[in-house]
Amino acid sequence: MIEQIITSGKHNIGIDPVLSIWPWEVPADLFLAGLVSGLLIISTFLTLIGKRHDYPIAVKKAPIFAPFLLLIALFFLFLDLSHKMYFWQLYTNIRWTSPMSWGAWTYLFLTPLTFIWAAIHLKTAYPNWKWPYEWMENTIEYLKQYRTGLAWAILGLSLTLSMYTGILLSAFNARPIWNSAILGPLFLTSGLTSATAFILLNCPKGSNEKKLFCTVSLISLGVQTFLIIHLIMGYLSSDLAQVKAADLFLGGEFTTSFWIMIVALGTLIPAYLHVLYLKKIKVPVIIPSILILTGGFFLRYILVEAGQISHW
Amino acid sequence: MSKSLNRRDFIKISSLGLGGLAVANPIFDWLGGSMNSGESLQETIKRIPTYCEVCFWKCAGWTHLNEKGDIWKLTGNDNDPHCNGRLCPRGTGGVGMYYDDDRLKTPLIRTVVDGKQTYREASWNEAFDFIAKKMKKIADEHGPECIALFSHGSGGKHFGRMLKAFGSPNITAPSYAQCRGPREVGFFATFGEGIGSPERVDIRDTDCLVLIGSHIGENMHNGQVQEMSDAIDKDATIITVDPRFSTAASKSKHWLPIKPATDMALLLSWIHVIINNEWYDKKYIDKYAFGLDELKEHVKTYTPEWAYGITTIKPNVIRKTAKEMANAAPSVIIHPGRHVTWYGDDTQRLRAVAILNALLGSWGRRGGFYNPEKKKVAKLDIPKFPKPSKTWRDAFPDQYKLAGLALASGICDATIPAADRDCSFKAWIVNGTNLISTLPNQANTIEAIQNLDLMVVIDTMPMEITGYADVVLPECTYLERYDNLRISGHREPTIALRAPAAEPKYNSKSAWWMAKELADRLGLNDYFPFETEDQELDWQLKKVGSSLEEMKKIGLKKFERKYDDLYPLEGLPEYEFNTNTGKIELYSTAMEDEGYDPLPKFTAHEEPPTDFYRLIYGRAPMHTFSRTANNPNLTDLMDENKVWVNPKVAKEWDLKNNQEVWLENQDGIVTSFPIKVRVTERIRWDSVYMIHGFGHTDKRLSRAYGKGASDAELITQTKIDPVMGGTGMRVNFVTFLTEAPTKGAA
Amino acid sequence: MRYAMAIDTKKCVGCSDCVVACQVENNVPIGHCRDWVVEATSGTYPDLSLEIRSERCNHCTNAPCVRCCPTEASHIVDGGIVVVDHDECIGCKACITSCPYDARFVHPEGYVDKCTFCIHRVEKGENPACVSVCPTKCMYFGDTDDPNSEISQLLRKRKWKTLIPEAGTEPNIYYLT
Repeated sequence: MIEQIITSGKHNIGIDPVLSIWPWEVPADLFLAGLVSGLLIISTFLTLIGKRHDYPIAVKKAPIFAPFLLLIALFFLFLDLSHKMYFWQLYTNIRWTSPMSWGAWTYLFLTPLTFIWAAIHLKTAYPNWKWPYEWMENTIEYLKQYRTGLAWAILGLSLTLSMYTGILLSAFNARPIWNSAILGPLFLTSGLTSATAFILLNCPKGSNEKKLFCTVSLISLGVQTFLIIHLIMGYLSSDLAQVKAADLFLGGEFTTSFWIMIVALGTLIPAYLHVLYLKKIKVPVIIPSILILTGGFFLRYILVEAGQISHW
Repeated sequence: MSKSLNRRDFIKISSLGLGGLAVANPIFDWLGGSMNSGESLQETIKRIPTYCEVCFWKCAGWTHLNEKGDIWKLTGNDNDPHCNGRLCPRGTGGVGMYYDDDRLKTPLIRTVVDGKQTYREASWNEAFDFIAKKMKKIADEHGPECIALFSHGSGGKHFGRMLKAFGSPNITAPSYAQCRGPREVGFFATFGEGIGSPERVDIRDTDCLVLIGSHIGENMHNGQVQEMSDAIDKDATIITVDPRFSTAASKSKHWLPIKPATDMALLLSWIHVIINNEWYDKKYIDKYAFGLDELKEHVKTYTPEWAYGITTIKPNVIRKTAKEMANAAPSVIIHPGRHVTWYGDDTQRLRAVAILNALLGSWGRRGGFYNPEKKKVAKLDIPKFPKPSKTWRDAFPDQYKLAGLALASGICDATIPAADRDCSFKAWIVNGTNLISTLPNQANTIEAIQNLDLMVVIDTMPMEITGYADVVLPECTYLERYDNLRISGHREPTIALRAPAAEPKYNSKSAWWMAKELADRLGLNDYFPFETEDQELDWQLKKVGSSLEEMKKIGLKKFERKYDDLYPLEGLPEYEFNTNTGKIELYSTAMEDEGYDPLPKFTAHEEPPTDFYRLIYGRAPMHTFSRTANNPNLTDLMDENKVWVNPKVAKEWDLKNNQEVWLENQDGIVTSFPIKVRVTERIRWDSVYMIHGFGHTDKRLSRAYGKGASDAELITQTKIDPVMGGTGMRVNFVTFLTEAPTKGAA
Repeated sequence: MRYAMAIDTKKCVGCSDCVVACQVENNVPIGHCRDWVVEATSGTYPDLSLEIRSERCNHCTNAPCVRCCPTEASHIVDGGIVVVDHDECIGCKACITSCPYDARFVHPEGYVDKCTFCIHRVEKGENPACVSVCPTKCMYFGDTDDPNSEISQLLRKRKWKTLIPEAGTEPNIYYLT
């Protein structure tokens, strides 16, 4: 028998007996950041390959939500801070080794750009929209000529943001569950999947765009499944700490939530529903979309929770 | 019977709203705004000497005041041999005693409101007048001897002076009959001297330390713990005999996981091996000892093979460890322990320990037992105390004849009227000892209390015992008062000063002042000739060539030894021991004269019935008995006890770690509160272990109430030591209740 | 200069004096602690061994908490002591999750707090509070860059280990075994 106990009454709140200092705010931030970056990547990518008129929902409509979602994400991040009044200190330093730092900087640069991006698409998506002042109208018209440059910048920053969501966790060697290189690609993929789900929600019935994004979503879910398997295999083939950590998903505390919320409801079932849809069997698109979005949140939530519990 | 028990209802002072249940977080208050950043750390502006009162070790130290003039921290005095500049966790956490919001705040007198007993706040004058009147009445009707003082701590000295002046010699502390009494008697019978406190063991210089049930390191007897560490550094051999894998056991070269209650067999067998192999110190024994032949004959049959069957310690281990001791001799200590009232034959067991030490020649030699020296300090110029006409001993004719001090349990028993006694105790003054959890058999203690005409409790905290008092007097903590000089025996004689670092909080006062005020009202002013205690101290200090002024600067003064006799038997000089024969009595003539076995014998002790486990209790390094259970700093380290259960037992009962259980003893007594299980290999399968001092039932102890369970509740049986009246308490057996017992079943 | 601590597990009795002394010295609020004691038992009765360790921030040479801090609140000062500047800390708690030793916590005031090796005492040439109070004298504090320091000598003479070396943090608390 091995008995290891703390005898001195260590009971720091949120640290003992198991770490739980990031409850829902950080996972929510990661989810929204992933979703937004997914939306922006799709929108800017389609713009850059010259297909912006073919996919109006993905390119023009969906990104209008991006700045607001991004603000909510930032707000969640702010909520998580325990020393809030010192928030501004984030912007007195650039710390390349800190994902939190470049996440903060990315937010700083990306947020205004997403507003511009949303603004230049607002009228195409909602033709009845009227800007209250003429100078606004003029400015936005003026900015439209920089669409390509803007797209490149947003694409770059979105990829960074998406990577931030994965690396924020995987940079922490201290938590075996997080310490996996798969987490970056997995969160990027999940972000894209969530974005497709979000776009699908807005696509008109039977449109080509809907079909395309159904296929993209399906592929993306496939990649996601592959990455999840890879993640688990990675744990199991790594050191003892990770093998033990993987146990949280393989019989341990998070087994049910992981396999049901993330794998079944968040990945496999929506994939199956997509297949049905592509086979022309009627499925209300709201079901797979909601499942994917919920699964996307739970992916972050469960990984953040389990990561805090896993230890050396 | 049950009617009389209602007379003295346990009173919850908080019901009257007298400031009992303040659930603030004092620490936040006293830290004030200084937590903002590292820059506002506190600084020592002034330090005032003290000696610690959190346990009996009484380490000298300093109370540091911060820039606001508030008490900040406590540190040890570098020159003090008790602590060498390092206080233990309890000493360091002593600040919590001062800042504890649950402290007693004002004098209280029992009263009846609407037919219900309760307390009312009283002025000091009122309280003293009440007590003095009752004391005089009792003295008139029954004699002043019918008033007893129970104390543990510095206040006892002052109340003791007052009570002796009043005419009662019955001053007692549970630290004798419930703790270290048997070892004093056992060693006195052998060497003509006791052990004393701090123990005169030369652990620092020893080559072999043998601990029998003594868990140094878990009992935080500071200097001793420090010296054990020095011994480890020096690679001394440590041998630990304990059914539990104690901290000390884990530091030992040999851990002997003995079957509980069989230590005597092991000791006798060690004696057998050492004598038979002639490993004893022949020159030393020839010169100093009396009764070797009788001893040799006596232990003839106590072979290791015989002991194996009893102790479960293998014969070769017994021989090997005996050899280790002999190899180290005379630099070897078979430690006398401290809390040794276990099975009722404790004096005899400690006699065996003493004999073993004698055989190995460790008494009076380096690395064994040194000869402590105390500084002689002038006694106060006060009249002689009146000669009492009776003592507690009268209640026990022909019993406990070798008891060197008054028995707390004895006085408690002699408070319950008995047909064959013409007088029983009528009043108790209780200072700094929570008799409810220090005396065994709570029902008996409470019954005794029901028979009192007066009970006065002086304490800093609303311990359970205060709930039974007629008058409760709030004592200030040791950081707020002077006390007598600490004059203790050690390698070098020292005196240490305790001076107040702050005004007493609330309406609390020092014991000295209370004793003087009472003495004044009893017409005993002559016994307290000084107006204030600092005058008394200054007078005394000047007699030893110091002064209060000097002592306030240095805190502790060391003196030269009068004689160079730290190790008086080094070199085997002529020496006369304070025994009947003038020799080390392997064969005790004093015991024989009083009708006790002159040589220790093995007696088998009762074993736990099926599904019951022997209750072993002990100490945690961060707590002193139940005294510290509400200290904010120390409860932060440990706020409840757990019951240690061997995994085999846990499996049998399907007990999980941290599962709550109730313990029930052989008499059907169930703990008031549940206790969490700690499944651990560190305890034998026939025993359970718990830390003493938890499971408080008084709600006014806001941090301690209901935390863990009380071992004292379960100690309803005792085996009384016939030699000196010690109460053997390791004779209780418990079983587990996994579901809450139904209330009111009794 | 490289400050480090060596703790002799053979002498430590786990009394937790280091914990109280730290709490009082550094105004650590009740309910929180910067150091703590771990008791590790292994084996089966009666073949048992017990290791007692006083634990705290390891002041890692390769400190993940410093790396992941977005504001430089967590930084390393002279002698390799890792400290948190309360006025720069935003309370993002990344450092807490980055620490394999769980040595950091959120102070009730909001910033992240941890052991400072009692830098305010060390600057005055004193030992950290835990070291100077330890009744068993099982803790040694000193400069491992100085080959003649007591700690350097101990680390040469005795067997030692660090905690979770696999995490690659290069801790500076050594446990003499």
